[in-house]
Amino acid sequence: MGWGRYPVIQGRELRSERLERITDGAVLSRGLGRSYGDASLPPPGGHVVVASPLADRLLSFDPATGILRAEAGLSLARLWRVFLPRGWFPPSTPGTQFVTLGGMLAADVHGKSHHREGCFGEHVTAFKLRAGDGTIIEVTEDAEPDLFRATIGGMGLTGHILEVELRMQRVPSPWIWTEVEQSDDLHVLVGRLREASKTWPYTVAWIDWLANGERRGRGLIQKGRWAHPSEAPPGFPRRKTTVSVPIEFPNWFLTPTLVRPINAVHYRREGASGAGKIIHPESFFYPLDGLGNWNRLYGRRGFIEYQCVLPAAGGRPPYERFFAALDKMGGTPFLCVMKNFERDGKGMISFPKPGLAIAMHMPVRKRRTQRLVDALNEVVLSVGGRIYLAKDAFTRQEHYRAMEPRLDAWIRVREKWDPAGKLRSAQSVRLLGD
Amino acid sequence: MGPCREAPECAVGEIAGGLKVKVVFLGATKGMGRALARLMAERGDRLFLLGRDLGDLRVCANDLQLLGASGEVGVTTCDLLGPENFGTALDQAAASLDGFDAVVVTAALFATQEELEDDPELRDRLLDVNFANTIRFCEQARTRLLARGGGVLCVFSSVAGDRARKPVVFYGATKAGLSYYLEGLDHKFRSRGLRTILVKPGFVRTSMTASLKPPPLAAEPEQVARVALKAIDKGRPAVYAPPVWGAVMLVIRNLPRWVMRRVEF
Repeated sequence: MGWGRYPVIQGRELRSERLERITDGAVLSRGLGRSYGDASLPPPGGHVVVASPLADRLLSFDPATGILRAEAGLSLARLWRVFLPRGWFPPSTPGTQFVTLGGMLAADVHGKSHHREGCFGEHVTAFKLRAGDGTIIEVTEDAEPDLFRATIGGMGLTGHILEVELRMQRVPSPWIWTEVEQSDDLHVLVGRLREASKTWPYTVAWIDWLANGERRGRGLIQKGRWAHPSEAPPGFPRRKTTVSVPIEFPNWFLTPTLVRPINAVHYRREGASGAGKIIHPESFFYPLDGLGNWNRLYGRRGFIEYQCVLPAAGGRPPYERFFAALDKMGGTPFLCVMKNFERDGKGMISFPKPGLAIAMHMPVRKRRTQRLVDALNEVVLSVGGRIYLAKDAFTRQEHYRAMEPRLDAWIRVREKWDPAGKLRSAQSVRLLGD
Repeated sequence: MGPCREAPECAVGEIAGGLKVKVVFLGATKGMGRALARLMAERGDRLFLLGRDLGDLRVCANDLQLLGASGEVGVTTCDLLGPENFGTALDQAAASLDGFDAVVVTAALFATQEELEDDPELRDRLLDVNFANTIRFCEQARTRLLARGGGVLCVFSSVAGDRARKPVVFYGATKAGLSYYLEGLDHKFRSRGLRTILVKPGFVRTSMTASLKPPPLAAEPEQVARVALKAIDKGRPAVYAPPVWGAVMLVIRNLPRWVMRRVEF
């Protein structure tokens, strides 16, 4: 199963330090399995998937250019722990550090820096791939432009990613300066998020969509930048101690009634600390990683993270229609965050496009969740938006195809490098009919 | 740097306080060995790697170099199936490091009991590698360490060597023998400055165990490596990794024979 614990598909996972050897004949590669839905799962039928995390050696680093090369299984957690003390950080990082370089490339992940730095793929200079037809090839934008752009965001369906080379970013200190703005009005929040994106390198909005009545839609804008050495505390941030959820909680545990007051406290406490402060980079970039295996809180039923991007449009803002549909279907997002996107990703089918990105966690209640996702997808479709494959578990094939006019061009590249259609995932079976 | 002739109780970590420890690894290309070598590289120790595949060793050495290992991380081939080369490999390491303070052995073979029963050749290879040849290698390392006045010999055995169990009859037997050997070395040579560190990991998620279903308490290689490093620094003769296995094995060691005959673990 993926991080969302839904769906569950039987398959065999191969782990080894030697990716080149074990990827031969495998149906798919996966990293740390943090994609929420079925993107890292094999098609039904007990296929072999390669897990890359044991292949995690650094291959080269040039301090003059910041160009780093490593095996695809290197985790972001390890990457930043090694390089932040030396003054380097990846320009784009998702909201968890438990992802691999290969996974970040395949999903073309983005983060709080998207409005400035774009997706992860924009900083990748080359990678080594075992293409679907079995050949091992070094891919750069100059040598193989199509394969390069089809693999970025290609969900591992063009080949097994073996090595990744990327450009790291120089940072002035290992600490983050953050400021928080509070607002009880959704429109004000969206406006301020756009405004903050003009001047801050990292921005994100958190929305309390469980609050009742008037207060629904209140939220916080979190802004951040790397602290100047003069502001930063001496020394390197200490390793944070983490606690882990030891067991799978019962399905009834997480309910709106429980989460609502937690959200209210979060809103007040963080909102009150608005003036600005220095925080640990881990608390800033990876707040949920502090609680290991938090997905167990949702119980056996699992949960979905629904994420879409809604392009800015004249007239009634698309996000209003989106939230109206959410309320109508009775969706209860325990966690809801928004990001301001300003450009498309580099990959042929990368998720971002200019507009407002919304991500929400919701428990799975099979038929209801399907209806809810259908309804939300129809709104997304009608305003010309799209969904994020790394999070998806429920979208229907016809909806996805309609949202993704770029798909045919991508399929042509994929067919060129995998004529026999060897590489497949549970998601590609569901969305592409593989 | 000199060996700690005057203070046989001093630990590698204490030496590391000002100077870099010089360590030879057999098995650092994978799993727990890789994790432990990385922890030592990150704190700036000097390393030399022994293993089977020269190309693979070079990539590992480069990784350790990028992580901060001092000097140049040297490599040479050494296969636990070929005991005739142990001495020359260790001499090459000694020449490259200008003498070494510690030797870490993590290399070993693993196969399921069924595979070993069905394939006598594989069984013999496992018995040779995990027991006889590991001891032959350790003997070569021990004599060289003692000649320098002492040092650390850290060997990874397994909780499988603590009690005979159905799924690990052969593997457990080799590890039991290895554990006894290490304990014997500790009794005999500790006063002469040789500090043996016996690490007994429980189930660890590595490529060696990739075909098995992880039981409860399964650990990551890095967790085990941290326990091992602490033991090396403190000179502890035997540790379970993670430590909770000490309690688990205490129970399992004391289970009566009729229980062990019935259970499948």
